[in-house]
Amino acid sequence: MTNAVYGVMAEFDTPTDLVNAARAAHQRGYRKLDAYSPFPIEELSDVLHLHRNKLPLIVLIGGLIGGLTGYLLQYYVTVIHYPINIAGRPLHSWPSYIIITFELTILFASLSAVVGLLALCGLPMPYHPVFNVPRFALASNDRFFLCIEAADPMFDRKQTSEFLGTLAPREVSEVAE
Amino acid sequence: MADQPQVIEREQSEQIIAPGYTFATVTDQISATVLTKHTSLFWFGGFMAGVMLLGVFLLGVTVLFAKGTGIWGIRTPVMWGFAITNFVWWIGIGHAGTLISAILLLLNQRWRNSINRFAEAMTLFAVACAGMFPVLHLGRPWLMFWLFPYPNTMNIEPNFRSPLVWDVFAVSTYATVSLLFWFVGLIPDLGTLRDRAGHRGLKMAYGLLAMGWRGSARHWSVYETASLLLAGVATPLVLSVHTVVSFDFTIAIVPGWHSTFFPPYFVAGAIYSGFAMVLALAIPLRKAYHLEGLITDKHLDNAAKVMLATGLIVAYAYLLELFNAWYSGDVYEMQAFWHRMTGPYAADYWFLVACNIISPNFLWIKKVRYSPVLLFISSIVVLVGMWLERYMIIVSSLAQDYLPSSWGLFHGTRWDWATYLGTIGLFLFMFFLFIRALPMISIFEVRTLLPQAKVAKEVKG
Repeated sequence: MTNAVYGVMAEFDTPTDLVNAARAAHQRGYRKLDAYSPFPIEELSDVLHLHRNKLPLIVLIGGLIGGLTGYLLQYYVTVIHYPINIAGRPLHSWPSYIIITFELTILFASLSAVVGLLALCGLPMPYHPVFNVPRFALASNDRFFLCIEAADPMFDRKQTSEFLGTLAPREVSEVAE
Repeated sequence: MADQPQVIEREQSEQIIAPGYTFATVTDQISATVLTKHTSLFWFGGFMAGVMLLGVFLLGVTVLFAKGTGIWGIRTPVMWGFAITNFVWWIGIGHAGTLISAILLLLNQRWRNSINRFAEAMTLFAVACAGMFPVLHLGRPWLMFWLFPYPNTMNIEPNFRSPLVWDVFAVSTYATVSLLFWFVGLIPDLGTLRDRAGHRGLKMAYGLLAMGWRGSARHWSVYETASLLLAGVATPLVLSVHTVVSFDFTIAIVPGWHSTFFPPYFVAGAIYSGFAMVLALAIPLRKAYHLEGLITDKHLDNAAKVMLATGLIVAYAYLLELFNAWYSGDVYEMQAFWHRMTGPYAADYWFLVACNIISPNFLWIKKVRYSPVLLFISSIVVLVGMWLERYMIIVSSLAQDYLPSSWGLFHGTRWDWATYLGTIGLFLFMFFLFIRALPMISIFEVRTLLPQAKVAKEVKG
């Protein structure tokens, strides 16, 4: 990239405008684009095809590891490491292991949900170019933004700006790198 | 995904948010309670009450550390006394927060959006207060890490067949998951506060906690998945926690404890007292911060209905308890309940029946459910009643079990009371710090309640 822009960004007033603009941009062939909104918008995920993510798998694996940890920990302690013979009762008393197995499943699953969320979102991220747009602070309040990134093969500083201008935005601005 | 999840749009009554709100006014009103230099008299009053009671707690704990658990009223045979009563009471209160944040999320009850944040904070602080008691009750609290399995030179391990060890895992998991769920819910709002804070230091502080959240659609889609998954794992968790707490009783063979219906009975009681606490917090808060437009009468009505329903389950459990004792034909079981109703703790028993069985029935009346003052009073009555219930279960069963020669009565000492009231101080202290520093209502979730948040249907193509 010769020019130091991250992309161009359009500002909208309503979620409907943003969803329509995102759909138009996607249909036009832009793929490296992102929308910013102050709350989750189901339809936005539809038009940007964002419904599939790896988080459920991460949580499943976390939960399974947690369950195994819980069970094996108790098995190891009560059967191998510290066996106590109480009136000949079996050392491998699995019914009494269930609760801690369950609790550790939940614990590991929720820890992996949070770690997975941060990892998939790439957070914490101390710097991001979109914050260079002064009005972007409103993205956490009542405005809706669509950013087409310079990394997109179809990106052209002038044409993309003009294209965004046709989508009835409130304002179009360039995002400094 | 080809098969997109079907969202069933429930008919929402209009009253869960007052008309006339916009995205900006929602943001302004909620963030203004935090981002203001002006601290209200209400806040100072509540905070100072918390600090004073916290002082009582610190004094009580200091004396406890110096002299030992003998300063409490616990004597053989009643070794559980106030400590475990308070533990169960606080844990129970916490349950409503998780119910609101997790179970009502899965059930698509959108009215929860405006009360879940402070209810979850309530959970967190209630669990912190609850956690104090088993530890202080240890006698040598500085050795509490012995409760966890870790490689040690003594070559001993906790007994995994004991419900008391299950409790350690259940409660510590519950505390951790509640904290995670609460913090994940806060991230977008921390971003809002970062973008709105005027002072540079505040911007830095909220910015660090928001971790660079920018409301990207890619992030929201993962975020929504994460919320659902966390709600999905928190739902069985919250039901399991009070079940495990009830195992502390049912696994023992003490008359009045050893029965199979304790888990659902305890869970219902927990939600009952928890919703009472939600109301006891919501009613003064919405008055002091003028949040009637966001926490509407409809919210109070819904919470009161949950309270009524769980109260009736609790009432049914009381009757079933008596029936079971009679039907068992076990003389000790029957004696245990006879002692409760006519013995040395009879006054407490009948008071608790009045609080927990009779008083919630006023909530059948719509006028009561729509009167904040009456609701507040009724929630305090329920909180007292639920405390007495745990006191009754623990103390009366332990005081008079099998052999009359080993009977003994329990009465709380002033140090028992100091520690109990002290944790209320600890709770208030943390809760008031929370409402000063963080938005007590989830801003981004309230935005989704607005009619403007709906994307207008458009013919594709």
